[in-house]
Amino acid sequence: MSTPAKQALDHGCPPWLIASALLTIAPHFEHQPLWLSAFSAALLVWATWLWHQDQRLPGRWPMIALVGLACSGIFVEYRTLFGRDAGVGMLVIFMAMKLLELRSRRDANIITILGYFLLLTHYLYSQSIPTGLWLIAALWIVTAAQIRVNGGPLCRIRETLRYAAMICLQGIPFMLVLFVLFPRISGPLWGLPEDAHAGRTGLSDSMTPGSIASLAQSAEIAFRVRFADPLPATAKLYWRGPVLDNFDGRAWRSSAGAIPRETLTFDSAPIRYETTLEANNQRWLLALDAPSTLPPDSSLDGRLTAQGRLPITQRQRVQLASSLDYRLNVEESPKILHQNLALPARFNPQARSLAASWRAETQTPQAIIDKALELFASERFAYTLEPPLLGENSIDEFLFQTRRGFCEHYAAAFVVLMRAAGIPARVVGGYLGGEQNPLDGYWVIRQSDAHAWAEVWLEGRGWRRIDPTAVVAPARVDSGISDALPAGEPLPALVQMRGTWLRNLRHRWEALNNAWNQQILGYDPQRQRELLAKLGLPDSDWRSMATMLGGLGTLLMASMLAWTLYQHPKHDPATRLWHTALRHLARRQVHCAPGETPLALLRRIEKTDPKLAQQLNRVVECYLLTRYGDAGDALNPLRDAVAQLTRWR
Amino acid sequence: MRLLSTLQQRLFRWQSDGVAPIRLGQRRVFIVPSHGGMLFSSALIVMLIGAINYSLALGHALVFLLAGVGLSAMIQTFRNLYGLVITPGRSEPVFAGEIAHFGLTLGNERPTPRLALELSAVADHMVETAIPSQDTVQLTIPLPSTRRGWLDLPKIRLSTRYPLGLFTAWSYLQPAMRCLVYPCPRPDLPPLPAAASDSGDQYGEGGQDDFSGFRERQAADSPRHIAWKANARDDRRPLLVKQFSGGAQGTLILSWSMTPTSLDTEARLSILTGWILAAESAALHYGLELPGSSIPAGRGDAHQRRCLESLALFES
Repeated sequence: MSTPAKQALDHGCPPWLIASALLTIAPHFEHQPLWLSAFSAALLVWATWLWHQDQRLPGRWPMIALVGLACSGIFVEYRTLFGRDAGVGMLVIFMAMKLLELRSRRDANIITILGYFLLLTHYLYSQSIPTGLWLIAALWIVTAAQIRVNGGPLCRIRETLRYAAMICLQGIPFMLVLFVLFPRISGPLWGLPEDAHAGRTGLSDSMTPGSIASLAQSAEIAFRVRFADPLPATAKLYWRGPVLDNFDGRAWRSSAGAIPRETLTFDSAPIRYETTLEANNQRWLLALDAPSTLPPDSSLDGRLTAQGRLPITQRQRVQLASSLDYRLNVEESPKILHQNLALPARFNPQARSLAASWRAETQTPQAIIDKALELFASERFAYTLEPPLLGENSIDEFLFQTRRGFCEHYAAAFVVLMRAAGIPARVVGGYLGGEQNPLDGYWVIRQSDAHAWAEVWLEGRGWRRIDPTAVVAPARVDSGISDALPAGEPLPALVQMRGTWLRNLRHRWEALNNAWNQQILGYDPQRQRELLAKLGLPDSDWRSMATMLGGLGTLLMASMLAWTLYQHPKHDPATRLWHTALRHLARRQVHCAPGETPLALLRRIEKTDPKLAQQLNRVVECYLLTRYGDAGDALNPLRDAVAQLTRWR
Repeated sequence: MRLLSTLQQRLFRWQSDGVAPIRLGQRRVFIVPSHGGMLFSSALIVMLIGAINYSLALGHALVFLLAGVGLSAMIQTFRNLYGLVITPGRSEPVFAGEIAHFGLTLGNERPTPRLALELSAVADHMVETAIPSQDTVQLTIPLPSTRRGWLDLPKIRLSTRYPLGLFTAWSYLQPAMRCLVYPCPRPDLPPLPAAASDSGDQYGEGGQDDFSGFRERQAADSPRHIAWKANARDDRRPLLVKQFSGGAQGTLILSWSMTPTSLDTEARLSILTGWILAAESAALHYGLELPGSSIPAGRGDAHQRRCLESLALFES
């Protein structure tokens, strides 16, 4: 039924489209390679210059050459033309190039639709509140550009912008209804490209001297926790990550191979909590030691680390419960114990001989542990984020020369000493502590809270946590990293902030972000069910949701249509006053015929009701004056005359 | 095919709207997605799949907002036509083969302008217009004429894609308007026949004696009549020709029988049309005789129009 828009664009359109392209492309500059940003920016500038000079657009061959150049550039950069980053790069290039072949309205429509599409791609990189706000502004401008293209040169800028804002606002009720009721599917529908979740920081599955210290310099949030049960005041929050029991002389890793299931006994009541994990591309759920209830699709790995079935590639909420007092594997298999005594033979002779001397002196394992902790407690050891680099015999160098280290140095040295003294021991990675936001009650655990501690196995007691850092820097365990480190350490400003109002501001911003994450970004099938149950629709499946969606959508549409249909044109005040007079006449059974002029009406009434005509005469006179007279303000006399007429009996 | 046409008749109510102003109500405005709208909705589907696949909550929100924008655009497109008042105007006669223009007045009572309205009677002749807020616009609908007689204005398609180009809203108008189409004057016109005056003078001879004044030159005037001396005095004016009163005394009755009988009716009417134009521009007294009607001699615009009208409506 419709004819394709072949009409040429008027000269006023390109600036709108260039602005749309700029707004939708610009946020990608942040993460794109420089040459790609420069290339697309150059294309935009070229398009603007051509428009400004009213020059002819480049022909077909230069365009084909440019496309070839851009595609090969992207291929060289990403080694593919598909995938997330390469795909977005291609879209950005196409958007910029389309501006160089802007001839008809159809080209312009393609630009705006491409613009809408580009808006979506930003969410692959960030879904924060600022991104959301920026994209709303971009959506507004792209819509305005589309109005300008279709409305032709008569569109005025302000009217176009206002109209676009109105159309976007009218879309919001639909968005809300669809957002709440559209049946959510937990993706992905098919395999994502390999780079879909690239660039996440977090705890890794291996530990080398300095690896946690460098992680601790990031203020990024690792996860948030909301406790459902009150937390004991003295609770130490050790969030357990990977257990690293394989030492090759330098790096600590988790040993491979089958591990029997844990035997756990809990000595205190479980504490329930909900963890919202940021994406980290790892499987561990960072449960509090020791987890007693796990979410579905997850399990303990035999070393008390709670693991999900799949890596966490996006923000994810899990329900957990933990008991803070527990006994782990009081009966441990000899094979595991043997594994946890292994040390590479060539390294760290000094440490080994020290441990051997302790073993000769004392009888109980507890006494050996105390000796090791006493060593760390001595004045000579310092806790720092910037430890000196260590050589081949890293433990020896640390223990006997540098004596400056972060938690991983102490944990690793302690475990090596224990193993050398014949006590099964291993390193545990994870996070320690966190900070509670007083505004929403959520605990925030940052990368700067990353920590490493040790576990030793004692006969009749099982695995027991020993945190050598607590001896060196007690404040680290009691009140957090910013108090444990001396001033001048390279902690991120966010973590260091001790000023009250700044801290307050940060709490507010993080609470807002958390609400955004929990309520909007975390709106998944489960949240949807919960919300619908709260609204009085328990056990709603997609069918009932679709029905409700259809019903509400129709209702919205009908009300908008009704508003449109029954918007009567506003009459000017004089006409309204005249109509008031006519209504008054109608009450006296005098009706103005269609097409009858005021004067003709007056003549007719003069014959039937001279007294009424006398009253009406003044109204007609004033009304005609407002219509045809050139005197300034004739409205007030008309108002008086009409008032007089309606008062007259 | 008959079923389809009956359906269209029912649905679009193709019947004359008479001469009264037409106000477009909701039953007269139709709306379908345009090509742009199809592209937009396919883009939305792809975006939705992307948002689901990558679990982008804001992606969902964006797609839903755009869907809302699309629905809103549908209503706005409809609104751009709804309540428009179309008043039929008049049309000037044309010669067959020329483009007839039908005047219409479009009125917008709303305080917002209505932009990008497209009107067309036939596919290739489209008029685009816009009406400011609470204003009227006069425009003409072009329609090529092919044959003499009355040319009825067919149904007009009034359509718009404003504001977003995602939907095409349209309405059919059929105001009772017609335009008179004169026969086309023949390009290879035979010379004007001799004036059949009482004195028997030949045109161009008896009329060259008594000089009666000057008038502006017209295309059909012989170069011999140009008043070269008068023109030389003032070269800014258009060329003047000398006018003689002598020849005008004889009247020229252009008769059907003067045209070659070998030609068909239309060709003969064309010749007569050409002669009338020539006679009028030569300022002759002329009349017209057709089988069944005759117009006595006269001159001037009204007379010419009367003659042309009877030619246009001959045997119809």
